[in-house]
Amino acid sequence: MAGSNKINITPPRWLLAELTYACPLQCPYCSNPIDYTKHQSELDTDDWKRVLTQARKMGAVQLGFSGGEPLTRKDLPELVKHARDLGYYSNLITSGYGLTEEKIVQLKEAGLDHIQVSIQASSQELNDHIAGTASFEHKKEVAHLVKKHGYPMVLCVVIHRENIHQMPQILEMAEGLGADYLELANTQYYGWAHANRDLLLPTKEQFEQAEQIAQAFKEKVTGKMKIYYVVPDFYEDRPKACMNGWGTTFLTIAPDGVALPCHSARDLPGLDCPNVKDYSIEQIWNESKAFNFFRGFEWMKEPCSSCDEKEKDFGGCRCQAYLLSNDMYAADPVCSKSPNHHVIQEAIDSAKASALADNEKPLIFRNSKNSRLLS
Amino acid sequence: MSINPDQTIKFSPMHRLQWEEVQQKDVILYPEGMVELNQSSAEILKLCDGSRKLAQIVSDLEQKFATTGLVNDITAFLEVALKNGWIQQN
Repeated sequence: MAGSNKINITPPRWLLAELTYACPLQCPYCSNPIDYTKHQSELDTDDWKRVLTQARKMGAVQLGFSGGEPLTRKDLPELVKHARDLGYYSNLITSGYGLTEEKIVQLKEAGLDHIQVSIQASSQELNDHIAGTASFEHKKEVAHLVKKHGYPMVLCVVIHRENIHQMPQILEMAEGLGADYLELANTQYYGWAHANRDLLLPTKEQFEQAEQIAQAFKEKVTGKMKIYYVVPDFYEDRPKACMNGWGTTFLTIAPDGVALPCHSARDLPGLDCPNVKDYSIEQIWNESKAFNFFRGFEWMKEPCSSCDEKEKDFGGCRCQAYLLSNDMYAADPVCSKSPNHHVIQEAIDSAKASALADNEKPLIFRNSKNSRLLS
Repeated sequence: MSINPDQTIKFSPMHRLQWEEVQQKDVILYPEGMVELNQSSAEILKLCDGSRKLAQIVSDLEQKFATTGLVNDITAFLEVALKNGWIQQN
């Protein structure tokens, strides 16, 4: 498994800097860990600058400033400036909450390349309900300002059962706002989304209908707006090539400095994910137990180890295998060859039953109170 | 989409063209993505600075590499570049 010398280690290309877990929004599908309140400490400015410098030296070039809400960090412009000086392409992944025109200009001057604004729905009522915060009108204003100041504008909408029926309106909204890119991200069921799965997972018919509408629109706006469609893996026969292969491309640094091969890896047992306060990025990437754990193919079990598609999808997602089959070495249950594939159909059936029930339980919103209750 | 020979060509301000030392390659960077370029593609794009038209780009490159007959290859690549939004005209 770990540490085989035969494995060719490629340098990181993508650095996701999760600057903070603090966020004014409460989206019930948040990708932060459910127990984020247990990891409240944050790296300081010098730590982040060192991380950026070391990762850039190794070859990382795409940089995402994420969170939580990265705008809550006062040193964001300073970090953006440092990233620009190093030659990163910097992406700010934000809810737009608290983003003013003054800040947009300041970040542009510091060298920020692009701003991705999330919108939760195409109507104010639903957006503000899902976000748990009145934010719809401001988000639209931010989208205009991002365009006005010459950034490529990316709108990100996470798709789930509460908003999937709005697909035509979401597409129109994106076009109306002049988005250069629209990311339609079907919810991935980890963490908070896993806890809310019965309420968020749409039916296959809903998925197919929404996808059809999005594909037709894609053709209509060719040359004007690019649409990235993140597939819903519960309705696929084969798993996603998660993170482009473990420890090959992506490096995530959590707010407290823990280095992760993917942003959910914190939930896997026994990885001993290293902290950037103790090790350099080079040591972490090349030598750490965590980053070598699922490199290559030797860790695989059947049906993956003899599968002729293993070099295409790497057995799928380790976190999903662990979450759904309690075995992080198993094939991702999304794969129809997996002996645990039935859990996917059970999840789909359970969500459908919940949708038809008279008294649907409420969504669990992502906030500190719920984090403490659930962890 | 085809290249208009009467208009100048410029690299898109929504993308960034940059040399990557670790990869020993020029790359195009854009929101959450990257395209690795071979040397000839990079040479073509570097001349898309808003001052040259197609014919000039072709003659500059033919001169630089002491060759002829590049017009079809360069035009084909620029059409791909235009379709991908890497370059703009007018």
